[in-house]
Parts: sequence; structure tokens; C-alpha cells
Amino acid sequence: MDHFSRRDFIKAVGASGALLVSGHAFARATKPPMGRVVVIGGGYAGATAAKYLRLWSLGAIEVIVVEANQQFVSCPLSNLVLGGSKTINDLTFGYDALKANHGIKWLQDTVTAIDSGAKKVSMLRGELSYDRLIVAPGIDFNYDELPMLASAEAQQQVPHAWKAGWQTVNLRKQLEAMPDGGVFVMNVPKAPYRCPPGPYERACQLASYLKVHKPKSKIIVLDANAEIISKKGLFTKVFKETYAGIIDYRPDHSIKGVDLATKTVITDFDKISADVLNVIPPQRAGKIAQIAALTEKDYPWCEVNFLSYESKLVEHVHVLGDSVAAGLPKSAHMATNQAKVCANAIVQLMAGQAPDPAPVFANTCYSFVSDTSAMHVANVYRYDAGKKMMISAEGGGVSISPSEKEAIYAAAWAQNIWADTLT
Amino acid sequence: MKKSQAIWFLVILLITSSVLPVIGNADEVFVSDAQQNNHIRTLAASCAACHGTMGNAVGNGNNRSNTDEGNAALAGIDAADFTIKMLGFREGSQKSTVMHHHAKGLSLDEINQLAVHFSQQKRIIMAPLKPQTLKAEHGSL
Repeated sequence: MDHFSRRDFIKAVGASGALLVSGHAFARATKPPMGRVVVIGGGYAGATAAKYLRLWSLGAIEVIVVEANQQFVSCPLSNLVLGGSKTINDLTFGYDALKANHGIKWLQDTVTAIDSGAKKVSMLRGELSYDRLIVAPGIDFNYDELPMLASAEAQQQVPHAWKAGWQTVNLRKQLEAMPDGGVFVMNVPKAPYRCPPGPYERACQLASYLKVHKPKSKIIVLDANAEIISKKGLFTKVFKETYAGIIDYRPDHSIKGVDLATKTVITDFDKISADVLNVIPPQRAGKIAQIAALTEKDYPWCEVNFLSYESKLVEHVHVLGDSVAAGLPKSAHMATNQAKVCANAIVQLMAGQAPDPAPVFANTCYSFVSDTSAMHVANVYRYDAGKKMMISAEGGGVSISPSEKEAIYAAAWAQNIWADTLT
Repeated sequence: MKKSQAIWFLVILLITSSVLPVIGNADEVFVSDAQQNNHIRTLAASCAACHGTMGNAVGNGNNRSNTDEGNAALAGIDAADFTIKMLGFREGSQKSTVMHHHAKGLSLDEINQLAVHFSQQKRIIMAPLKPQTLKAEHGSL
């Protein structure tokens, strides 16, 4: 039970003195020169938006981040924890440097409601007012079709490991405990979902471990999509050549049900028993985006204006990252790009100016097919004023083949995006 | 004209056209510069995933190319060097794994603006971020 305490509030906001507690709500002691932006979510999108708002407003915008977790755990590279070349503690970071370097105020709390009329955010332990709100909640899993997997207990047995953390560690332990000759069953949910190449990279990481340590074992990949949906040619070749006899890839196979006791999945075609079962459920915009009516009934993602990432449904509320209906890959690099365009636009809007009418950004996405080999897909994206969305420019593409050189660049990608997002 | 001469011609044309003051109404020039700066700083910031905040790549000292120690540091790079390299990625004379995909997607004007932008950034040597031990209470449902 969380008891509201005045002291907790002041402690949570830090010793800045800029905020006072008035009843259950924050009130301003001194009005920030340009206004206040509240950011919900401290993932790649939210943390980046907070940093660049402070940088580009030269500190004139007050930024408060509300994040439920104390630590940041990177989804990019988390498949390498399953493969065994990384541990979860290589991918876990704190927020202290980000907060201190940029004067970002931070609340570790969970948002329960948004009142966009009153421009107010409610949390478990208080309320915040805002001039503009950024909602960056990542994904939420949809268990409508797989209700048996909704509980924490069920996910202890059948982890999704699609939000990096303890489930990733759990799945690695199950893989280590699997006997040689065992069957690992995993799935690819129906697109769109977080990280399009991620499930195929996961299959490669599992296979690279099994090939060395349990060579009689097999991985069955049940893809709800008609074909591999990212880096298709490259993954097809790696499955066939590097992991022949280990990866059994089956397109057009949706999981219709799961029997937890026997770790059996039911598809339209058959029942498959697994020694280790990893189900990645279908996805939708993060919970708070649904609560705040940022999605419409028949479509579970958030429609935005791509010049500012302001919601098409709710004024002064911007949506970033995996929750956005962008028609583009839901990747960490995309999330940080959106955050930068949004931060730039908010600085302009709060200064009474129009945002950049033609944003351009680049995306590089690496996948590790073993512990020492990686490949990329890279594109420049440009705002199309006719279509009113970001469209990939000429010249993008994928690696000729996976290589050790690209594994080094991919590792450097991770170091740089972590430093950019968290310092 | 040889290919390399053509590139040099282009480089010189681009650099002079961007650095020399534009003749016209002073207010108009100021406004369009400000808009251009906002536009280019967002595009430049998009390079940070591989090349660090404002071109300050992690590790790799002042190397202007990718090495085993880290990716190319762009902060403080010579503007002409940057442009020549990007044009090389574009037309294939400069070998790359990924950069040709980016260079081909950018306009000549954007390449030149990025060159000026990165050349103006102060190089700060960045160390990799220190990881932590994951705490028991971290949620991931």
C-alpha cells in the first residue's frame, strides 16, 4: 500500500525547490520561462525526448519524467543474453547521469490517468500539471486470444522475454536446463510488433548456443506472418546454411492456444509439445495510451502528426516510440529519432513558431546472427508532405552478408545509443 | 572532367555556397537560417545512435573512421573531409558496410550542412556508459 507523504514527494522531485506540494498536486513555485513538459516513460523515446528538450531549449523548458522502473534495461542486444555472449547486467543502466547532466526532474511512479482537458497527469502517488505531455509507454501485450498466458505465474513457465529484464534471464536459464535433443518452440507475432527482425535474431541466437552445446536439439519457429518480415533474404540464408537442421521455420502458423502444464502450443495445423516454450504475444500501444484515449477502438496504435508527434486525437499530447502508428519499424533508433523531431517541434511550438516542415532522419538496425557476426538494414526517412508521413528515401538497404566487422559496428551502435539516451 | 575532379568541383561549390553570406533581405536570411539550423540539428542528432551525441562517438579517440575501438568521431571533423567521404560513399569510391545506404538517401545540400554542423561541434572524449546489476524489483510484465 502506497501512503502519500509530503516528504516522499519532495524527495522524489529532488532538492530543486522548483516544485512545491499543494494538496495532492504539484504547484509551480516559479514558472519556467517556456513551460513544463511531462514525459511518461523513460525508455529510448522518453529519455531521449527529455534530454533533447533540455538541450535545445537551453534549459528554458522544465522537464519531468515519470517512469515506473528504477533502471533502464536495453531490449537491443537482449537476444545475446539468450545466446550467452551477454548477461542482463551488461544491458542495465541507471538514470542518474541523464538527470544530473540535463537538470531533468524525475519521479519513479506509475501513471494511472491523464486529464487532457485540465492538462493533468495522475499517478499512484500524486498529480502533475503540464503544458505539453509526451506519452512514450512502449508496447502492451494483448492476451485476448491467449488468456492463459496473462498472469505472472504463467509467464514464469512460458516467458515472452520481449521486454528485457528478468524474463530474459528466466528464458536463458530454461535454455541452459534443456536436455540435448530437446525442442525449443518460439513464435513471431502478427505484425506490427516491437522490433521486426527481433524474433528471427532470437532464433539465430538460440541456435548458435544449441549448435555448440546441445547439437541434437531443435528450434521450431512459428510465424503468424506469411513470411520473414525483416531482412528476409539474409535470415533465410542463415537459417538454411548456418543453422541447417536446428531451425525449423514455419510461416503462416498462429498460436491459438497454450497448455501450460504440458508446454504444448495449438496452431491451426497441429499441436506441438516443447521442452522450452517462448510465446511473444500480439501487441498494441502501451497501457497509458489506451487509458488516455490516444488510440481508437478498432485500431490499437496511436495516430500522430509526424511533424510534431502530437496525437491526432488529443491536443497537446505527443506520442513517441513503439506506440506510434508510423508504418515504420518499431526500433530503438526510430524511437530516438521520433523523440528528437518531437523535442525540436515542442521547442518551436512553445516559442510560438511552426515546427520544421520537412524532418529527415536515418535508421540503422543491426541483428546478431551469432555471437560474432551481425548484419544491418539501413534507411533514410523523409517527410512526405502529400502523404503526411515519413517515407523511406532512395538508397536504403541491407548487408550483402553477415560479418564480424558489422558485429563490431553493432556493438559500437549499442554503446553510442546508450550514451546518447542516458547521459 | 575526371570523376575525382568532378567531386572536388562539387565539394568546393557546396562549401562556398553554404559558408558565404546570402545576398538578400537580412530578416529573411536570418529566419531561413534558424529554420535550417533546426532542421539540420535534428538530422545530425539522428546520426548519434552510431556516432554519439553531436558526433561525440564513444571510445575511438579522434579517429575519423570506424575502428575496432569504436565508430568514427564526427565532432570537430574537417568539413571538406566529411563531404568528400560522404560523396565517396554515395558513388562507391569509398568502401563501406552501411554508410552508402545513408549517403545515397541524403541530398547534396544536407551532406554539406551536416559537414558544417559536425565541424562546429567540440570533440569530447566519451567513455562507455557503466552498466549496473539488475535489481530484483524490476518489472517486465
